[in-house]
Amino acid sequence: MAPISNWRTSVAERRAPGAASRLLGRLGEAVTARLWRLGFASRFFGYMLLHSGTALRRFQLTLREIYFAGVLSLIIILVSGLFVGMVLGLQGYETLQRYGSSEALGILVALSLVRELGPVVAGLLFASRAGSAITAEIGLMKATEQIAAMEMMAVDPIARVVAPRFWGGVISMPLLAALFSAMGIFGGYLVGVQLIGVDEGAFWSQMQASVDVREDILNGVIKSVVFGVAVTWIAVFEGYDAQPTAEGVSSATTRTVVTSSLAILALDFMLTALMFTGGNAR
Amino acid sequence: MSNAYAVEVARLSFGYDAARPVLRDVSLAMPQGKVIGIMGQSGCGKTTLLRVIGGALRPGSGVARVLGTTVNDLGGAALYALRRRMGMLFQFGALFTDMTVFDNVAFPLREHTDLPPELIHDLVLMKLEAVGLRGACRLMPSELSGGMARRVALARAIALDPQLILYDEPFTALDPISFGAIARLIRTLNDSLGATSVIVSHDVKECLEIVDYLYFMAAGRIVAHGTPEAMRGADEPFVQQFVRGEGDGPIPFHYPAPGYGADLELADIRG
Amino acid sequence: MNRATIDVWVGVFVAAGFAALLFLALKVGNLASFSTNPTYQVQAKFANIGGLKVRAPIKSAGVVVGRVTEVRFDNESFEAVVTLNLDARYQFPRDTSAKILTSGLLGEQYLGLEAGGDGVMLKQGDRLRLTQSAVVLENLISQFLFNKAAEEKDGKEKK
Repeated sequence: MAPISNWRTSVAERRAPGAASRLLGRLGEAVTARLWRLGFASRFFGYMLLHSGTALRRFQLTLREIYFAGVLSLIIILVSGLFVGMVLGLQGYETLQRYGSSEALGILVALSLVRELGPVVAGLLFASRAGSAITAEIGLMKATEQIAAMEMMAVDPIARVVAPRFWGGVISMPLLAALFSAMGIFGGYLVGVQLIGVDEGAFWSQMQASVDVREDILNGVIKSVVFGVAVTWIAVFEGYDAQPTAEGVSSATTRTVVTSSLAILALDFMLTALMFTGGNAR
Repeated sequence: MSNAYAVEVARLSFGYDAARPVLRDVSLAMPQGKVIGIMGQSGCGKTTLLRVIGGALRPGSGVARVLGTTVNDLGGAALYALRRRMGMLFQFGALFTDMTVFDNVAFPLREHTDLPPELIHDLVLMKLEAVGLRGACRLMPSELSGGMARRVALARAIALDPQLILYDEPFTALDPISFGAIARLIRTLNDSLGATSVIVSHDVKECLEIVDYLYFMAAGRIVAHGTPEAMRGADEPFVQQFVRGEGDGPIPFHYPAPGYGADLELADIRG
Repeated sequence: MNRATIDVWVGVFVAAGFAALLFLALKVGNLASFSTNPTYQVQAKFANIGGLKVRAPIKSAGVVVGRVTEVRFDNESFEAVVTLNLDARYQFPRDTSAKILTSGLLGEQYLGLEAGGDGVMLKQGDRLRLTQSAVVLENLISQFLFNKAAEEKDGKEKK
């Protein structure tokens, strides 16, 4: 396979979209440019997966990335989870007690978090905290020629730098989503049972009766894994493809956050449609 | 390798896009064991030539042979095998900022050899001693000055005892003391390793003192070459302008522009 | 950041993550009660299943003994065929009856089993003979109105 640095020249060889005056022409070029980039990103993804051996054999590398992506995101995930759960408890109670169903608060909080809010909000927070950090780090390594230096020392930078960060993110994401959901349920419990006075027994027993491990929790975990793959892939790719200047790195970082967030929301819709309505649709 | 030349380039051309070639029909041959300098103005293509030699860029036409192997179409494992016999010093060192000095120099040893940690420890300290920074082995790159970072990068470049060492503008932004230190290191390391060194630079004085042979480039072509003594006394006007550091000559001071008067008058009419 | 610190923190993180997953599975979900027990399947036909859905609980004496796994329409008899997935721990007689009931006044519909007296137990693939369809609100109202009208008519005739 061609040296990865040659992939850079093939990007440089692509001429910038010309100043076509017709709107359709510009639109077409924008679409093809996006598609071209998506194709490049997919090739990059495939190459990275094939060369993930180093990241998995020398697990210390990946462990380090789990620390930087996962452990350092713990505070924001736990605090946000707690607050989201508490708000769910408050808002949920407000609405439910109007129909005399305040005992269903546990179900409301648990299902909202486990099915949707846990994976999605944790994913968004992960994208903005860890995703942007990964992009900036790889982009800066590129700008300061560390990637080129690694290549000249005959070490594949994708195997050594990119793959460990990818697997670190993919492993961290489901754990963070689970922690978010757990903290959220605890927050809902705090507000609902301790603060407002919903019956504790009803809170937990109704929840346990309605939350199915296979349907709800497992699907939530699957969602968070998919989000983890999407966010981390976007983050490492944008970093690797960044222009090696200050503006280049900064625009790559913002692109990571924006693209990851949109991807999470779009994937969430598709997965929800597949998982939660497919069975009931008749 | 029975080949007497470490690097041979024949009629090499390269351009990032077809309209603007960066290298035009370059040919040179660098004998083993020597220190070779490639000099020229910024943008003349010397760094690009270095990249082609290192296999990072593929030439549009022509052949480049490094250490007996043609690098034109080399890819993957074969290219990496060749690069293990080369070392490169980047312009500002390009040290890995998340590792200590020790780990930086140990990096090629850990990646490419199965040596036990004790042996790697000793080798790293020996390389650092050669560049005079053994005492700094626990520091992080952010704690080093520019000259020190450059020397650590040099220690890293020679960690695997390469046969060919490439230097990309090694003297840029250095104080005079570090300047001299790096220059002497390049010469002594080359001789003690028995390697070939290629220096791309535009620092005339230092280069003329340490190189065995010199190539001058302008606008992607080689305009002159010879030993330092020959270059000092050369007739070639570009070489004279370069060596003496004259502001104007074959390389003009002014960037091409329309007539000055016309430009000002135009401003007059508008204003 | 040295190796030991990183290793410790990653270990803590992964342990916490798994603890959260365990918490979700056991305390929040229904893993503790009913997941991988062996089950057997029986079928039941209903004239009208009302709002009964797949994964609805099957209860006997108020205790969950299984789940509805499939709801089909039989084009020959024009009835609904419901597949019941029952926990293998519980054996029911062959003449058990199945009713579609509502939990609470307007709640979710579930399938209630009332054990019969037969000595032979249900086995895999059997069909329940006695079934009672769901109560459809409209039918109930029209029945009520019909009864009311009939009463008044009777009342008028008697006078």
